[in-house]
Amino acid sequence: MPKELLAPLPGVFYRKPAPDKPAYKSEGDIVAVGDVVGLIEVMKSFIEVHAEAGGKIVRFVVGDEEPIMAGQSLLEIE
Amino acid sequence: MTISRLLIANRGEIAVRIQRAARELGIKTIQVYSAADADSLAVRMADDAINIGPFQAAKSYLNIEAILAAARATGADAIHPGYGFLSENPVFADAVEAAGLIFVGPKGETIRTMGDKAAARGAAQRAGVPVVPGSEGRVAELVEARRLAEKIGFPVMIKASAGGGGRGIRIAETAEALGSSLDQAAAEARAAFGDGGLYLERFIGKARHIEVQILGDGVNAIHCYERDCSLQRRRQKVWEEAPGSALSPDVREALCASAVALARSVNYRGAGTLEYLYDEESRSFYFIEMNTRIQVEHPVTEMITGIDLVREMICIAGDEPLRYRQTDVRVSGHAIEVRINAEDGSRDFRPSPGKVAALQVPGGMGTRFDTLLYEGYTVSPFYDSLLGKLIVWDTSREMALRRLDRALGELKIDGVITTVPLLQRLAEAPEIRAGAFHTRWLEQWLMTSMKSQVMEQSNR
Repeated sequence: MPKELLAPLPGVFYRKPAPDKPAYKSEGDIVAVGDVVGLIEVMKSFIEVHAEAGGKIVRFVVGDEEPIMAGQSLLEIE
Repeated sequence: MTISRLLIANRGEIAVRIQRAARELGIKTIQVYSAADADSLAVRMADDAINIGPFQAAKSYLNIEAILAAARATGADAIHPGYGFLSENPVFADAVEAAGLIFVGPKGETIRTMGDKAAARGAAQRAGVPVVPGSEGRVAELVEARRLAEKIGFPVMIKASAGGGGRGIRIAETAEALGSSLDQAAAEARAAFGDGGLYLERFIGKARHIEVQILGDGVNAIHCYERDCSLQRRRQKVWEEAPGSALSPDVREALCASAVALARSVNYRGAGTLEYLYDEESRSFYFIEMNTRIQVEHPVTEMITGIDLVREMICIAGDEPLRYRQTDVRVSGHAIEVRINAEDGSRDFRPSPGKVAALQVPGGMGTRFDTLLYEGYTVSPFYDSLLGKLIVWDTSREMALRRLDRALGELKIDGVITTVPLLQRLAEAPEIRAGAFHTRWLEQWLMTSMKSQVMEQSNR
């Protein structure tokens, strides 16, 4: 059963540290607890999103630069 | 040409503020909004509202084509840009006038000149306004740098020509330290910006940020005295006062006269602000830049002068000459503004958007709350964290501080974490009560007060 990573804050989700940089993580990547998997832009501040469980990223539920609500599922880790 | 339908190309508390001024002048208000702001107070209050795009500012509030199309569709004859967004974009100001509409602000060429640091510095010098002593361009080598630094006076700040955001800045206290600092700064600048060019500027360790409000009609200009905006965090103002309590009458007069001289020299039209650094030790002021728009903290000036600055902006844009002579502008009492942000002061100012479950607004004499909030409103995560500004006026600074404390105690915003508790603690700080602070004081105070809070918690 994959675990969902939920957005701690509402805002805009970014998968890359900057528009011209590669994504932090891709589907199929193995992550450890605490790894940065994306950014949330909230009120002009950028907050890092960290993996809460280790494992393989099965899929990103939210795409790059998409608006999100707090508590919304961002990605699934197995 | 008089204005009858004013489009507001902004959002939040300033959009509400502009609508109030327009309504009192008998002008109909048209509010543009992004999809995320459909439920905003500004949209609710306006005579007419029009959606100009999705939540992204680049596709809505910064979209010149969409705003001009909205103006055509709604029959607007003028556009007020507020602050931020397109307010200091000369391309927008020109496009508004080219579309046959009135831009509530200066001409595009004025915005262009004053928006360019070097051009603004040049304009100030030509008008006889003091600027921070510096090298006037790049310094080529050490011998020249030594000669210039002696002329400017130590300590000097070494800045990267291609720099910005505080990177590549070094401070040399003495002529001996200058050599090694120059080499290091050049190496850093080359690494960071691909350009090792440097320039020198006098370093003012304990400066006040003082700014002068001006009004101009393109021919005449007057000042509405100064504000002290020294209390800043990461270059964002947190607390503003008027008048500036650090200035003596003779310094105040010279400062304000210099602002009027510069405004006149560029035939300034509209409301504007000239920002200065003020060195209390040498009682010297230096022009740093001009903002060619209304400022967030304009209400403190309104409270001490009784002049509605946004009303005057609109009248000037409608081709009326200035309605005040300099002798009509008189200062009474003292005003303080604090910014209420949706941020958690105990968690490194982490943003805190959310739904306002209950709202209790402070009132009473000399108390003003300019806000975008209403009960049940959901604060959007897509824009800045400013929820409102609490402004108090009283007969003296001491009484204004008491009134601020009373009004902050009345303000209740349930459902959103705000900076109110932090502002309450700040209002009690001895340095604040004494009026003894400079532009770096607040960040130092925050560091110390955070540490003592953590200690308190770990002792429990």
